[in-house]
Order: sequence, then C-alpha cells, then structure tokens
Amino acid sequence: MNDFGSEKRYVLYGLFIVVGFILLIRLFVMQVLEDKYQEFAEANAIEKMTVYPDRGLIFDRNGKLIVYNEPIYDLMVVPREARIDTNAFCKFFGISRQEFIDKIKSIRAVAPEGVFFPQLSKVDFAKIQDKLVDFPGFYVSKRTVRVYTSESMANALGYIGEISPEQLKKDTSGYYRPGDYIGKSGIEASYETYLRGKKGVKYQLKNRFNQVVASYQEGQLDKPAIAGENLISSVDIELQKYGEALMVNKTGAIVAIEPATGEILALISSPSYNPNLLTGADFKKNFAAISRNPDLLLFNRATQSAYPPGSTFKTVQALIGLQSGVLNDTLYLPCNQSLVKCHPHPYMTNPQTSIQYSCNPFYYQTFRRIVHQRGESFEALQKGYQEWREQVLKFGFGRRLGVDIADEGAGSIPKVERFNTIYKNNWNYSNIYSLSIGQGEMGVTLLQMANLACIIANRGYYYTPHLVKSIGKTGKPLPEYQVRHETVIDKKHFEPIVRGMEGAFKAGTVGPMAQVVNLYAGEICAKTGTVQNPHGEDHSTFIAFAPKDNPKIAIAVYVENAGFGGIWAATIASLMMQKYLKDTVRVKLQPWQVGRIESTEKMVFQKVFNKRELLRQDSIWRAEKRKQDSIKALRKKEEELLEDDNQLNPQ
Amino acid sequence: MIINSTRSSRSPLQNLDVLSIFIYLFLVVVGIMSIYSASYNIDNPKTFYDFNTFAGKQFIFACTALLLILLIFLIDYRFFEASAYIFYIFTIILLFAVILFGKEVKGQQNWIQVGPVSLQPTEFAKVGLSLALARFLGSPGSKLSDRKIWLIIGALFLLPALFILKQGDYGSLMVFVVLQLALYREGMPIWIILVQVGLAVLFILSLVIKPVYLAFVIFILYSIFTGFLLFTRKKLSTRSWLMLIVSSVFLIAFVISVPKIFTKLKQYHQDRIMVLIDENAVDKKGGAYYNLTQSKIAIGSGGFWGKGYLEGTQTKYDFVPEQHSDFIFCTVGEEFGWIGSFVVVSLYILLLIRIVAIAERQKNRFARIYGYCVASILFAHFAFNLSMTVGLFPTIGVPLPYMSYGGSSLWAFTILLFILLKLDSHRNQLFSRG
Repeated sequence: MNDFGSEKRYVLYGLFIVVGFILLIRLFVMQVLEDKYQEFAEANAIEKMTVYPDRGLIFDRNGKLIVYNEPIYDLMVVPREARIDTNAFCKFFGISRQEFIDKIKSIRAVAPEGVFFPQLSKVDFAKIQDKLVDFPGFYVSKRTVRVYTSESMANALGYIGEISPEQLKKDTSGYYRPGDYIGKSGIEASYETYLRGKKGVKYQLKNRFNQVVASYQEGQLDKPAIAGENLISSVDIELQKYGEALMVNKTGAIVAIEPATGEILALISSPSYNPNLLTGADFKKNFAAISRNPDLLLFNRATQSAYPPGSTFKTVQALIGLQSGVLNDTLYLPCNQSLVKCHPHPYMTNPQTSIQYSCNPFYYQTFRRIVHQRGESFEALQKGYQEWREQVLKFGFGRRLGVDIADEGAGSIPKVERFNTIYKNNWNYSNIYSLSIGQGEMGVTLLQMANLACIIANRGYYYTPHLVKSIGKTGKPLPEYQVRHETVIDKKHFEPIVRGMEGAFKAGTVGPMAQVVNLYAGEICAKTGTVQNPHGEDHSTFIAFAPKDNPKIAIAVYVENAGFGGIWAATIASLMMQKYLKDTVRVKLQPWQVGRIESTEKMVFQKVFNKRELLRQDSIWRAEKRKQDSIKALRKKEEELLEDDNQLNPQ
Repeated sequence: MIINSTRSSRSPLQNLDVLSIFIYLFLVVVGIMSIYSASYNIDNPKTFYDFNTFAGKQFIFACTALLLILLIFLIDYRFFEASAYIFYIFTIILLFAVILFGKEVKGQQNWIQVGPVSLQPTEFAKVGLSLALARFLGSPGSKLSDRKIWLIIGALFLLPALFILKQGDYGSLMVFVVLQLALYREGMPIWIILVQVGLAVLFILSLVIKPVYLAFVIFILYSIFTGFLLFTRKKLSTRSWLMLIVSSVFLIAFVISVPKIFTKLKQYHQDRIMVLIDENAVDKKGGAYYNLTQSKIAIGSGGFWGKGYLEGTQTKYDFVPEQHSDFIFCTVGEEFGWIGSFVVVSLYILLLIRIVAIAERQKNRFARIYGYCVASILFAHFAFNLSMTVGLFPTIGVPLPYMSYGGSSLWAFTILLFILLKLDSHRNQLFSRG
C-alpha cells in the first residue's frame, strides 16, 4: 500500500550518484590534473629564503688583508605586527614614547616594514638579540658591507653598490635580484663573478601569521651559500700607500709593474678618495660629493686618460729604428736644431747617447728614415708609416692592453687614413714629424707607458698588466694574463737602449734630486719626458726600471703641471723604486742616503702642483698676509701715537 | 498489532544495518584523525585524547555519542513516533531560548550554554522537524493533494525556519529546502522542485550574464513557444494562456531584479557568491576570497596519493580557516589525496543510498518518511559542504556530518541516523496504524 512512489527512490539514487560524480571529477581536476594548487600551496606555506654568501676577500701580494666584510645589523619593524609593550620597549632602548610613535608612523606611511634603528654595532646587536622575543614585529636584518683596511687603492679596488636596472636587464643568468649588491668599478666589478660566491637557498615553513615555524623537510632541500673566492692582488699595499702620499696635492698617476709577470705593483691616480666612504649607510651621500668633485676623483688617470708621451717615446722609435736597420750602434746623427729645438748636450749622438741626452733632432731624423724606408714617394711614405704603426701597436700602444679593470683607455696612434682625411691626401713628413718625439696626434695611457718600461726591462716581451695575481684556490690569474706577448724587436737591439737609459739616470736628463736614490744592488734605467701643455706649466712624465739586470720593478709616473720630467716625476719614481727594492731586494742603503731620502720625501710630500690646491693655499697665504699687514699697520699707528705723546709730554 | 513473527524472536541487534554502522564509525574515526591533524603542532604534539584540543574534545563527543546510541537502542521503538511532536516542540523551545539567552559565536547567535556544554539547537531542530514531518505526513489520511495538509506542513517548516533565519544561519535554511525530497517521495509533484532549481539557475545566470540579455532570451523563447502553439493550432484553455503570460512576465521581472536583490545582500554574502563567478570582482584580501583560495589550495595540493597523514602543510600551519569544522575535508584532500577523497565521497554516497534503501523497506509510513528526511538532511550537508570546499558552491556554515568538529552536530546527526536504524531493526514489527 505504500508502494506507489517507491520508484522515486531511483531519482534520489541518481541524484546522489550524479552529485558524487561531479564532486569526484572536480576533485580529480584540482588534485591530479592541475599543478597550480601544488604551486600555490608551496608559495603559501613554504618560504624560499635566499642566503647571501660572504663576498670574497682581497689581499695584497704579501698576504696583507686589503678588503674584508663586516656585518651590520639593522633593527627592522613590521608596524602591523608590532603589538608590544611600548613602555618596556622604550625603556630598554632608551627612547621616548613620542619618538617611538613618530618612527612607527613614518615607516607606516611608506611601506609595510622599515628600518627602525639602522646599523647597530655587533655589541648592540648581541644585547638586543635575546630581548627581541618579547617584541613581536621587530626583527634584525643582517647585511654586510665592505671595509677597506687602508685608505688607498680606491680606484683600482673599486666599490660595490646596488645593481642598477640596466645591469639587471643585462643579467641573462637571472642571478641578481633588485637590491642585490654588485661590483661597480675596479676589481670589485671585473672579478664580480668570483667575488660574489653563490647564493644559497633555505626553505622555511611559515604559518599564516608569517612566522617561521620550521625548516622545510628538515633542510634537505636547502642549498648552502658558497662564499666568494678570495683574490690576491698583485699590488704591494705599502708601496701603494707610499705612492699615494707622494702624490698628495698633485694631479697625475703612477703605475708600477713587475716586468717578469706583468703584475701591477701599484696603480695610483691622484687625487683620489678614501674607499671606506663608498660603503655602508653613507654611500649615497658620499658618492654624490665624490662624483661631483671637480678633480674627477672617480676617474682613473692611470688607465683612462691618454696624453702624448713626449720624449719617453723616443725609446720606441730607437728600437724600431734599430730593428728596421735605419739605425745602428755606430750611426751618429747631429743635433741639428734647425729641424727641431733641443737642449745642450754633445752634438753627435748614437742610439744609446740619444736616449741618455734625449736629443730631439736625432729622432726627427730617425723617424723620417723609418717612414721613408720604402722610398720618397707619397705611396712609399704611406706604406712606411703603416708598417711603423703596426710595430708601434705591438708595443701595446693604440689599443687596449686588456688590464683587468674596466674602462681602460686605448690611446691612439693615428692611422694613415686619418692623415689623408685631415690633409686631403696631400701631406708629407713635415706634417707628422712631431710624432718622432712623442708629441702631436698620438695618445698613450700611463699603463701603456709602464708596460713599455716592462718591455725594455724584459728586452723584448711583456705580460699583459693585471691587478689580480691569484683567484681563489687556483693560485693563478686569469689565463689571458699568463700569455707572453712578443714585440718584433730582437733582443740584441735592447742593449743600447738599456745602456742609454742607465746613462740618462746617472748623467743624463734625470735631475740630482732623483739621483739621491742610488742603488748599490744594481742600476736604475730611466727615460724622462716632458709633455707640452699650451694652457700652463708642462706636464712631467718619466719611465724607469731597476735593477738594470734582472729588473724587479718597472714604473711610469705622470704629474700634471710639474714641468720638466727629470725633476719631480723622476724623484717620485726613484723614491718608489727604492722603497720597493729596499723591501724586496734588500738593497743596503748608506746612513747618509737614508737621511737624504727622508728629506727628499718630505719635499715631495709637501710639494703642491694641483692648481685648485695652489689657488686655495695662495688665497690662504694672501689672507694671512693681509692680516699681518694690518697688524703691522696698527702697531705702527700705536708707535706714532706714543711718540707724539712723548713729544707733548716729555718725562 | 501483529507483534510476533519469526523474525521478531531475534534480538533487535541482529537486525541492525551493519553497513550504515560501519560507515558511520569509519567517518567518525577519520573525522577525529583529521581534526587531530588539522590542529597538529609538530613542536608541541598533543595526544588525541588531550581534552584541551579539538581532537580530544571530538573524541569525548564521539564517546558520548556512543552513549546516545546505546540509549536509543534501549528505548522502545515505538517511543519515537509517539513522541515526535514533543521532540519537535522541544527543539522549537530551544531555538527560542537561543534568541533570548544565546551566545554569539562568529556573527551568529547559535549557541546556548547548558551546564558545561554549548549546544547548537539548530542541529537538533533538524531532527525534530524530521520526526514531526514524518509523524504528520505518515498519519493515515494524509494526502498531499489535500490543501490543508500543505498548510500544516508549511507551518512545521516555517516555525523553526523563522528562528533560524533570525540567527542568520542560511546554511541550515538551505538544508530545510532540500528536505522537500522527502515530500517528493510522498507524492509532491516534481515540477515544484524543478521550478525552484530553475529559479536558482536563473539567479546565477543573471549574475553572470546581463539580465537584459537574459530577459530578451526568455522573451524570445516564450515567443517561439507561443508561435509553435499557435501554429500547431493547439487549443489551450484561457487559464493555461494566463499562466503562460504570467510566468513569462514573472521570469523576466525576476531576472531583471536579480542584481537589485543581490546588492541587498550583505557584502560578505555577495562576496561569497561572486568569488565563484568572477574572482577579480572580489576583494582579494577579504575573507571570502581567502577562505576559498586556501581551501582549494589545500585540497588541490594533495595530488593523487596525498601528502601523508599529519603532513599537510596547508592545514598544519593554519592556512585554512575553520579547518577543523566546516573545512575539515581540506585535511582529507591534502593528506590523503584523490584516493582518500574518493574513499570518503564514495562512503557518503553509499551511506545515502543505503539510507534510502532502508527507508524504502520500511513498512511503516512514519519510518519511511523519516528515513527520507534523514537521507535528505545528510545529503544536503554533504553536498553543500563538499561543494563549498572545492569552490562549486558559496561558503555557508554547514558542517560535514560525523567528521566536522562539534558536539551538537555529531550528536544530532548520530541521533538522526540511529533513530532510523532503530526503527529499521524493528521494521517487521512496525506496522502502520490502520
């Protein structure tokens, strides 16, 4: 009697099964087919934290630490999560309640979290570390900054800063994130991939209050950070410091290289800055000041600026001349001043003595012979010039040497085409003769000059100059710095040049002040140069190496507005060489020499060539003089009054 | 009454439907396990019988539920039909009491404190209504063709519904709506249900498609239908024509007014509906989006085999809100994967089918109607709850029977089921009166 309607149960069965089916299919799609939930779940609960590695340290060639890392701690706050006992907090940190409120307000206005106390010292951090548990919403963020042990070598070392948008775009490997630090200049930049190490990953489980609860899978998926590789720089930091002190108040540069290996012993650009200014919290402020300084502190005068080398280039001309046969040991040429002006010295000179006395007409004639080797015609001239140029390029001029910091200048040795364009295919030797003595349309960097000194010191080859002699555990520099580059000049042709340079130092163009440095362990070989400056005092340039046999150091110095090269540039170079050799070769100096050296050093330290500094000192001097004059005038007036007084009232 | 038959000499216990009991026990146990996992803290693991934890409490609720079962089985089977109305009145009183003395929990005034225990009368009201409905409709002479019968049925529904509405428990209201399935079995024509379904579908469509277009489509459909009728020269009574026109007007009006109605809803209700339709129309920081997203992530990340018991990262670290109560299924989905979900869903479906089968084999109309009420109520909870967790239905506070945390819900559903099992075990003794 109750059976009508009993078939309706099938409707319900059907309803239940259909609903069950729909649910199961939906579940299947969500759980099995779609990956996004898995990904979301991981994004939800598992936080992937980047672990930053320690950046590589930099040592000098003697193992002294030059650059290291220091951790700094910022106290951060997430205002939304900071539900704390404000009174206890303020009491512990020693700030007023109002200060606390203001700080939180200012952070809140800008971002969900911010720095509450910047740059706590390690000591302070240790003090508050345990206390932080009581103050949820506050945490300590650790970063590291670079610390430079000496105040030198700023340009060569470079600095690190936040990666720029352009650099981020160029980073195809995707290693960097916005906010990451990257080397911006110098060694920090060019060895970035070695110094930066490898970021690690830590997976942590967070609950929905963003608190870390545990390590995901007990850290099995974590990848530890790999510390950056340490670099050993070829620089001798004591020599570097010494050179920078010598260059105080002078504008210019020094490059010192170990000839046998191409390792740069010192790379100095003056004026420079204290590298510790471009780290840490004051970076932005200091960078603005430094980059705006009219003395171009960030410009590396040793590698970036090119200038005509002057007489130092005569060594190259002589070598090319000897190699091509237009010169030989016995060939004497007259000092014919109608060709080009010169200074007093024996009238006839050969290759050796022309170096010693730096005879200009000698090189006028030599260069002419070189470029006209194939004949007197215009075509022959062009061909000859081209061949000459190719040889010059082998010395490392007119192109980048490939030193391991960026923005190296190439200098320029003009191509034939250039002259053709300027002179509209109608030129001859008289248009280019100034190249014979290193003037005119050529430019070299000081690095190239130092490299030239190395070539002569080595009698015919060089290794590309570099600042880093060892990367990490390899103990070796980059492969390109292990390659020996040959010039095409035979070894035997270097002898007269070397002897000439020896003579130049002893009894040639090098002044007595520089000669105060005499080495009993060997001889110094040098070549002076004066770069003409139409705007003021000429610039001083100087190359040298020592000892003559088995040389340990080759050096090039350039000082702006210091006049004749044999005076100040030579003195600075000599002092540098004696310092280095004293420390390495253990040259024995006589006691009277030590005294003389010290007084020479003092003179150099105090000498000012920097124009702005000169003006500044000048104006100080003037102000002082005015003060003295007015005091004198006053005193005079007093005396006069007293005299009148005496006259009126004779006692 | 004919009391004795060969079967009645067997103790009632041997007539119990074992399958239902097995599924019941399985679900309760899995529920406790899931609750335990959802609140499991690896740094500070508590035992499942720690009475301060959810799992511990649920364990107690389960133990007391067993006592309730025992009680039910000890009571004379005739008691239930006899006291149906009393039970119903009692739950109404409880509902009323909640209004007066109720504690407010999570925006709803659902609970009253009775001694050491918090009770949620709504759950028991469902049992009460089932009993009353079954009694009323099961009494001889009740035919659904009788207009008066309808009025009383309506009243039976309306009384608790009003209280529940006052509380804001829209989920339970929807469960009441599903109870119509029992009425359908007893003769209510299916078109009433279909009309409701149709309106609901239209409602949703109106939120997705611009109502103007929908209205237009309805108009076109009606025109075509009318045209068809005219063309085939079908004769329709004036009344039918009237109904046709009225219904078309009503539908168009309904469709157009949906957006208006929608905005009258509370914001969070709007969000809960909108988040299923268009995620971007909802405030992503708001609860509606967050809850649904977390639930889907938890379940979806379970994969085929699941992450393993106690290994659910989403539920373990408090990402899913209400993960021990309304969203208890997330733990199952995350930790036991599709396989686990399949088992649980299948068991529920099996239980529902079994209950309907049990209801059908009752010779007593009261028992049969009651059985269908049980199936409807359980089905409604199951369907709404699970659909909500996977994003097929708006979030409403409807627990998953036997698995969600909660004493009231566990007891009420236990009573609901076991009264039926008790009645079933005596089915050969129960006959309709008259």
